[in-house]
Amino acid sequence: MNKNQQNNENWDFVIQSKSSLFSLNLKEVWNYRDLLFLLVKRDIVSFYKQTILGPLWFFIQPLITTFIYMVIFGNLAGISTNGLPQTLFYMTGIIAWNYFSECLLKTSTIFKDNAHIFGKVYFPRLVMPLSLVFSNLVRFGIQFILLIGTFLYFALFRDFQFHFSFALFLIPLFILLMAILGLGLGMLISSLTTKYRDLAFLISFGIQLLMYGTPIIYPLSAAPEKYKSIILLNPMSTIIEGFRFALLGKGEVTFMSIAYVCIFTIISFIFGLIIFNKVERNFMDTV
Amino acid sequence: MSVAIKIENLSKVYQLGQIGTGTISNDLKRWKAKIQGKEDPFLKIGESNDRTKKGNDIVYSLKSIDLEINQGDAVGIIGRNGAGKSTLLKLISRITAPTAGKISIKGRVASLLEVGTGFHPELSGRENIFLNGSILGMRKAEIKQKLDEIIDFSGVERYVDTPVKRYSSGMYVRLAFAVAAHLDSEILIVDEVLAVGDSEFQKKCLGKMGDIRQKDGRTVLFVSHNMDAISKLCNSGLMLHNGENVKHGLMQDVLNTYLMHSTFQQEVSFDFFNLKPQITFISLDKEKLSENKLKLTIQYKSPIELKKVVPGFIVYNQLNVPIFGSNTRFHNSNFENAGNFEGEIIAEIDYLNLHTGNYYISVWLGDQSVDYDEKIEIVSFEYKSKFDYIQLPNPLEIGSVDQYVRWH
Repeated sequence: MNKNQQNNENWDFVIQSKSSLFSLNLKEVWNYRDLLFLLVKRDIVSFYKQTILGPLWFFIQPLITTFIYMVIFGNLAGISTNGLPQTLFYMTGIIAWNYFSECLLKTSTIFKDNAHIFGKVYFPRLVMPLSLVFSNLVRFGIQFILLIGTFLYFALFRDFQFHFSFALFLIPLFILLMAILGLGLGMLISSLTTKYRDLAFLISFGIQLLMYGTPIIYPLSAAPEKYKSIILLNPMSTIIEGFRFALLGKGEVTFMSIAYVCIFTIISFIFGLIIFNKVERNFMDTV
Repeated sequence: MSVAIKIENLSKVYQLGQIGTGTISNDLKRWKAKIQGKEDPFLKIGESNDRTKKGNDIVYSLKSIDLEINQGDAVGIIGRNGAGKSTLLKLISRITAPTAGKISIKGRVASLLEVGTGFHPELSGRENIFLNGSILGMRKAEIKQKLDEIIDFSGVERYVDTPVKRYSSGMYVRLAFAVAAHLDSEILIVDEVLAVGDSEFQKKCLGKMGDIRQKDGRTVLFVSHNMDAISKLCNSGLMLHNGENVKHGLMQDVLNTYLMHSTFQQEVSFDFFNLKPQITFISLDKEKLSENKLKLTIQYKSPIELKKVVPGFIVYNQLNVPIFGSNTRFHNSNFENAGNFEGEIIAEIDYLNLHTGNYYISVWLGDQSVDYDEKIEIVSFEYKSKFDYIQLPNPLEIGSVDQYVRWH
C-alpha cells in the first residue's frame, strides 16, 4: 500500500477520460518548439521545391492579383482608392488579407489534413496550427518586403506624398491581431469540422465572400453610411484600414474600433483554444 | 521492481455505423443528460467487441482493463483481430482518449505505430530524419548528436541528401526505422511495423529492439502477429480477447493460452463471383490427419476457360513460420487441368512428418504466369505426431519437422 502511494506521486503523466477545460499543457508545447521550427521550415521549403523560380513565387501571386484588381476594380469599375495610388492601395489589402485568410483556411482543415500523422503519433496538437501561423508569417514577411519595395518606388519616383506618423508602430499590432484571429477562428472551425464536415464547405466559399465584406477593393470611406457599421463588425475591416492608415496615411480607424477588434480577437482565440483542446483528445474517433 | 505503466479500469467505446448523420440531435441529447447529471444515454448498453455478432451500435473496444507493467519489461500483446490490441496502444500513446478509466505512466513514451510518420516526400533523407525525429519527440540537439549513428544504421548513406520520394520502399522503411530505433524514451510502443522490409533488416530491427530492452532497461510494448518474433523478444505477455484482458504473465504461458484458444477450421467454402478464377472450396481430411497423412482438397471455378491450372499450398507452424509447401510448377502433377471452367484437385501426403502442434495452411491458385486467388492460413489443424515423446519438443528451438532418427 505504501509503495503504491509512493508510486502515485511519481507519475510523469496520467491519461484520463476527462480533462479540465483549461489544462492546456503549454509547457509541453514549449518542449516541442524544435518540431514547430522544423514544420515551419518544411512548409516553406516544400512550397518551392522543384520549381525554377523558387521563392519568387511568393512575389508573383500578390503582384498578379494586384494587377488584375487594378484593371477590373480600379479601371473598369472605377472604384475609388481614397486618392492613393492603385498599386499600393490594392497590394496592401491583398497581402494583409492573404495572410489572414491563409491562416484561417489552413488551420480550419488541420485535423483533416493531418489525420494520418495525428492518428499515429502523439505530440501537442497545438503545434500544428501554430506552425501554420508562423510559416504564413514568413510568407507574409517576404510579401511585406515586396510591399515596402513598391512603396519606396512610389515615394521616390512617383512623388507619392509620404507622411511619417507614429501609426507606423501599429503595424506589428495589426499583424499580431491577424495572426491570433486567424489562429483562434481556425481552431474553432477545425474543431467543429471534425464532426460536422459541412462547415468545411461553408468556410471555403465563406472566406471569399467575406473578402467583399472587408474594405480591400474599396476604401471604408467609400462605403455608404448605413453599411459602414455592418462592415465594421468584421474585425478584418479595421485591421485592413488600419494597415493602410499606418503605411499609406489614409484609412478610417478609431480607438474604439481597434479596441473592439482586440476584444473580439482575444475572445475568439480563448474560445478556439478551449474547444480545440477538448476535441484533440478524441477527434481520431470521428474524423 | 517499479511500475512503469499502471492501467486502471480502462475502457474505450466506439460508435459503429455512420458518424455524422443526426449527430447534432444526438449531441444535444447527450449534453442534456450531462447537465441533468445522468449517464450518457448512448453508453448504456455495453457489449464486448465481437465483430461477428450483430447488435447495438456501440461496442467496447476495450473493457475494464486493469494492468501493471513493470519497468524494463518487454510485453508482447497478442490476440486475434479486433481484440483491442491496437486500441490499447493508441490509448497509451495518447492518440485518442479513453472513454473511462485511467492510465498512469512514468517516463517518456515513444510510439511507433507506423514507420516514417510525417515524412515529407520532397524533403531529403537528412531533413526527414530531423522532422520525423522531432515528431517522435526528440530534441534537435539530440538528433544532431545521433545523426551519424542513424544514417549508419539505415544503410542509405549515399542517398541521404536525395528527396525521399526517390527512395525505394525498402530504403524508406530502413531510414524511418533507424530514426525510431534511436529514440531515447523510457517506454517504446511498437505495432507490427516489422512486417515491412526485407528479412535481413527485420532481424536487425529485432536485434535493436532486444538491445533497447536489455542494455538500457527500457520498457517495450510490442504488438505482432508474428509469434516467433514476439516470443523471442518479449519476456512478458498480455492476451486480449474481445477487448478484455484474458491473461497477463510470462510470455510463454500467455502464448500457450493463446494457441489453446485458437479454433481449428478444416473446411471452408467461398462464394463465386464470376469475375476471375477463384478457389471455391477447401477441405482437410480429418481422418487422414489422425493417420498421419494429409489430404487437401481444393475446388475452383472460373469465368474463363483455364489452360493450365497451378494450385499450391504452404503449411505454417503455430509461430507463423512456413514449414513446407508445394505447387505444380515445381512438383509433378497428375490431374486433368486443361480446358475446364471448374474442377477439383487433391493434394496428398502419405506420411506427414511434423511434430505435435498446431498448423495452418495457405492455399493458392494460378496458372503458369498469373496469380488468381490466394487464401492465407485458411485451414488449420492440430497434429499429433506418430512418435511418442519423452518430452514435448519446443518448435521454437528445434523446428517443426519430426524427422525420425534411430539412435544406437
